[in-house]
Amino acid sequence: MLALPLAGALAMLVPANRFLRTDFAVRAFGTAVSAATLLVAVSALTAFDFGATSRVQLEIDRAWAPAIGLRFHLGVDGISLPLVALTALLTFLCFLYTLRHPPEGGRTRLLTALLLVLEIGMLGTFVALDLVLFFVFFETVLVPMYAVIMLWGGPGRRAAAAKFILYTLLGSGLLLAGMLLVGAQAGTLDMTALAGRHGSGLPHGIQITAFALMGIGLAVKAPMWPLHTWLPDAHTEAPTVGSVLLAGVLLKMGTYGLVRVALPLAPDGARFWAPWLGLLAVIGIVYGALACLAQRDLKRMIAYSSVGHMGFVLLGIATLTPVGINAALFGNIAHGLITGLLFFLAGSVKERWGTGDMDAIGGGMLGTSPRLASILTFASVASLGLPGLAGFWGEVLALAGAYRPHADLPRETFVTFMAVAALGAVLTAAYFLRMLARLTHGPSSPRSGPVAAVSPQEYAAWVPLIALTLLVGLWPKTLLDVTTGPVRALFGGG
Amino acid sequence: MIQGIDYAAISPPLILAVAAIGLLLADAFDAPRRVLSLVSGGSLAAALIAVLALAAGDRRATFCLPDGLRSGGPRSCSYVADDFTLLFQGIVLGAAVIVVLLSLQEITDSKMPVGEYHFLLLAAVIGALTLVAARDLVLLVVALETLSLPVFALAALRRYDGTASEAALKLFLVSVVSTAIMLFGISLLYGATGAMHLDRVAPALARLDADLDPVASVGSVLVLAGFAFKVAAVPFHFWAPDVYQGSPLPVAAFLSVVSKAAGFAGLVIVLALGLPAYGHVWGPVIAVLAAITMTLGNLLALRQRTAIRLLAWSSVAQSGYMLAPLAVGANRLPEAVAATTAYVALYAVMNLGAFAVVIGFRRRGPVSGRWDTLDDYRGLARRSPAVATALAFFLICLAGLPPGVMGLFAKVVVFRATVAGGVTWLAVIMAINTVIGLYYYLAWAVRLFTPSPSGEHYDAAPGAGVRAAITATAAGAVVLSAAPQIVLQTVSQVT
Repeated sequence: MLALPLAGALAMLVPANRFLRTDFAVRAFGTAVSAATLLVAVSALTAFDFGATSRVQLEIDRAWAPAIGLRFHLGVDGISLPLVALTALLTFLCFLYTLRHPPEGGRTRLLTALLLVLEIGMLGTFVALDLVLFFVFFETVLVPMYAVIMLWGGPGRRAAAAKFILYTLLGSGLLLAGMLLVGAQAGTLDMTALAGRHGSGLPHGIQITAFALMGIGLAVKAPMWPLHTWLPDAHTEAPTVGSVLLAGVLLKMGTYGLVRVALPLAPDGARFWAPWLGLLAVIGIVYGALACLAQRDLKRMIAYSSVGHMGFVLLGIATLTPVGINAALFGNIAHGLITGLLFFLAGSVKERWGTGDMDAIGGGMLGTSPRLASILTFASVASLGLPGLAGFWGEVLALAGAYRPHADLPRETFVTFMAVAALGAVLTAAYFLRMLARLTHGPSSPRSGPVAAVSPQEYAAWVPLIALTLLVGLWPKTLLDVTTGPVRALFGGG
Repeated sequence: MIQGIDYAAISPPLILAVAAIGLLLADAFDAPRRVLSLVSGGSLAAALIAVLALAAGDRRATFCLPDGLRSGGPRSCSYVADDFTLLFQGIVLGAAVIVVLLSLQEITDSKMPVGEYHFLLLAAVIGALTLVAARDLVLLVVALETLSLPVFALAALRRYDGTASEAALKLFLVSVVSTAIMLFGISLLYGATGAMHLDRVAPALARLDADLDPVASVGSVLVLAGFAFKVAAVPFHFWAPDVYQGSPLPVAAFLSVVSKAAGFAGLVIVLALGLPAYGHVWGPVIAVLAAITMTLGNLLALRQRTAIRLLAWSSVAQSGYMLAPLAVGANRLPEAVAATTAYVALYAVMNLGAFAVVIGFRRRGPVSGRWDTLDDYRGLARRSPAVATALAFFLICLAGLPPGVMGLFAKVVVFRATVAGGVTWLAVIMAINTVIGLYYYLAWAVRLFTPSPSGEHYDAAPGAGVRAAITATAAGAVVLSAAPQIVLQTVSQVT
C-alpha cells in the first residue's frame, strides 16, 4: 500500500529504456503510471480507518542509517491523507492534460520522467515521518521543478527558474538547520515521537530559534510575504503543468510543513512567533489582492492570488487553535483544487489566444467560447470564496479562528488581523470580478478568429476538479472530519 | 637500543616506498612508459589490498616508546594503524589510483618525464599515508613535509610552462610559511607539556599550570596553520586557484582530494587526540575560519569563468564545510569527527569525478586552444551525453541536492554535528553558503544542456584511463547516492 512513491520511482526508471518510440506513447505511459499511483492513493483512502484519523496508519518503519539515527519512516494520518490524494489526483490530471496539449519544447521523455520524480518528492514529503527523510523528499522536488521551468518555460524562464531554486534552497537550508537543532536537542528525529512530546524537554530559547529557522524555511515555500517574490515569476514562466503542480501541491508543502513539523516540534516557539506570522499573513492577503488588481497578465494575476490565499492559510495556522489549523488544512485543499483549475484554464486561454495579457485577449469570451468562459467564471467565483464552494470555508474558518485565537495570544491583535483580512477578501472579489468583466463579458475583440472548442482531455482534467470543489464546498464536513482528529491531537487534547 | 618494528602495520607505505625507488631505477634504464605506469598503479592497488587486509585484523601500533623510557605513562606509539587510520589510508589510496588513471594521458600530452612523475606521486602518497597514521607531533610534521615537497616538483613538472613554475613557487612559499608557524606552535606545546606524543600531550594539557595557559593556547592555535594550508583554508588558501590552473590537472586533482583528505585526517588527529583540553580555544577559531573559508570560496567561485578555477574556489568552499563540525570544540567531538570524516570520504568521490570529466574534456579540445572556460561546455550533452550526465550528476552532488543524495547526506551530517555542538550560527551561514554554491554548480550544469553557439568539433576521444576514472567515480557516486549509509555506518563505527 505504501509502495506509492516506489511505484513512481520504478516508473521513472522505465522511460529511460527506449521501449516507447513515439512521444504520444511516452505521454500515454506517463498517464498510465500516474493513474496507477492515483489508484494506489485511492485504495489508501479506502484502507484508511476514518474512525481513528489522529493515529498514523499504513506505516512503514525501517532503519536506514542507524549511525545518524535515520529511519525510513512513512505513514499517513488525517492531516496528510487529503494532501496525498490531492497530489496523486493533480499529477494524474496533468498527465491527462499533457496527452493532448504537450508544452512546447519537445523532449517528452524527459518531461515525463521529471514529472514522475516530482510526484515522488511531493508524495514523499507528505508521508515522511522522519525529519531528515522529510527534508530529502522536500529537496527532491527542487531539481525537477527547476528543469521543468527551465526547459519548457516562457521567455523569461532562465531568471524565473534560477530565482525559484535559489529562494527555495535558502529556505531548505534554514529548515534543515532548524530541524537538526530540534533533533539534536531532543535526541530523536522521528516526527511522531517528537510530536507526542509537545515540545517538553526543549528549552524555550532553542524552541524560539528553531521555530524561526523552520518557519522562514517553510514560509519561503508557502510563500509568505515578503518571501514570495519568486512565485509570480515562476508561475508565469512555467508551462501549464508546472504551474498547476507548483500552485496545487508545492505551495502546500510549506504550510503542511508548518503544521506537521514546526508547530508540534516547537510549540513554545510557535506561541512566540504567532503574532508575527499572523501579521505577515495579513500583509500577504492585502498585498496579494492589491497586486492582483494591478496585473495585466492572467497567469501572473492567479499567481498573486495564490499569495493572498496562502495568507489565509497562514493566518489560520497563526491562530494556533484547532479551528484555525483546520481552516488552514481546508484552505490548502481548496486552494489546490481551485488554483489548479485556474492554471489549467489560464494555460488553455494562452494556448488559444497565444498570450496571457488580458487586454490583448479582449472581452466577449462568453460569446466566442461559452464553455471555457463558464468554467473560468466558475473557478474565479470559487476562488473568491462564494459560499457553497470550496474556497469559502477555508477563508471563513480562518477568520473565525482569528476571532478567537489561542488563549496565550493577544486577542485584540488577532481581531484586527481578522478585520484587515476580511477587507482582503473583499479585494479578492474585486479583482476576480474585474478579470471576469474584462475577459468574459463585453464585446468580443474583432481580431480574434474562431476559437478551438474545449477538448475532451481538457474536460477530463477539469471536471474532477470542478466536482470536488462543489463536493467539498457543499459538504465541508467530509474533509473536516478527517482533519479534526489529528489537529486536536496536535494540541494535546483527545 | 634496538626497537622491534611491526612491518605489517607499516606495509602500505613500505610497498609504495619500494615501488617508488624501483620506478626511479627503472626509468634510469629506459623502461617503457607503459610498464612504469603499470607499476605505479599496481603498487597503489597492492597497498590498498594491504590496507584492506589490515582492516580485517586488530589495531596495530609500532614505533612505540620502549618500556624503559615510558616512566609509567601510556604506550605512546608514533605510528598507529587503527580503524581511523586505515579508513583514511583507504580513501587516499583509492583516490590516488584514480589520479594515476587520470595522469596516463596527461603525461604524454604535456611531455612530462614519466618516471619522475610517478616517483613524486608515490612519494607524496607515502607522506599522506604516514600522516594519517602519525600519533606524535614530530612524525606529523615530517609526514606533512613528505606530502608537500614532492607536490612542489609535481606542480612544476611542465618545465616549459611559466604558469606551472609560478604555481609551484606560490605553493612552496605558502607551504613554508605555514610550516614555520606550525613548528613554532609545536615548540610552544612541547615547552608547555614536555611531550611530543599526542597521548601524553593531552593529559599534560588537561592539568596545566595557570601561568602556562596562554603559551599552550597560542601553541594550539598555531599548530592549526600547517593543516590549514593543506586543506586550503583561510588564510592559507590563496595558492589554490593559481596552482590548480598552473599545474598539470591530475596534480590539481591530487591536491584537492588526496592531499586535502590527509590534511583533514591530520587536523582531526591533532585536535581530537592531542588538544581536546583546549577545545574552548581552537573551537571558536575554527568556527570563524570555517565561516570565512566557505563564504570567501563560494563568493569567488561565483565570479569564475573557467572550469578549473571554479573547481579550485569551490574546493576551498568545501573545505569550509568540512571544517565546520570541528568548530564544536570539545563538546560532542567524536560526532563532529565522524561528520568531517564522512564528508571527506563523500567529497573525494564527487570531486574526483568532476576533475576526471574536466581533464577528459580539456584533452578533447584542440591542443592549442584554451578549452576550459565554462561556456565551452555548452552542448556537451549533445556530443557525449554520458559524460555530460556524469558531470551534471557530480555537480549536483557537490551542490548537495537530490538526486545527488550523497552530497545531500554529506551536508546533513555536517549540519547535524554543527548544530548538535551548539554552533547554530555557523549552520545558518552554511545554509546561506549552500545557496551560493548551488548557483554556480547549477549554472555550470545547465550549460551542459544548452546548445553550443557554434558547431565546433573535437577529434580526439578521452583516453581509456580517463574513461575508466569517470566510470569508476560515477559508479561510486551512484552507489553512494542509493545507499549513503555505507559510508555513514563505516565512519561512525570507526570514530
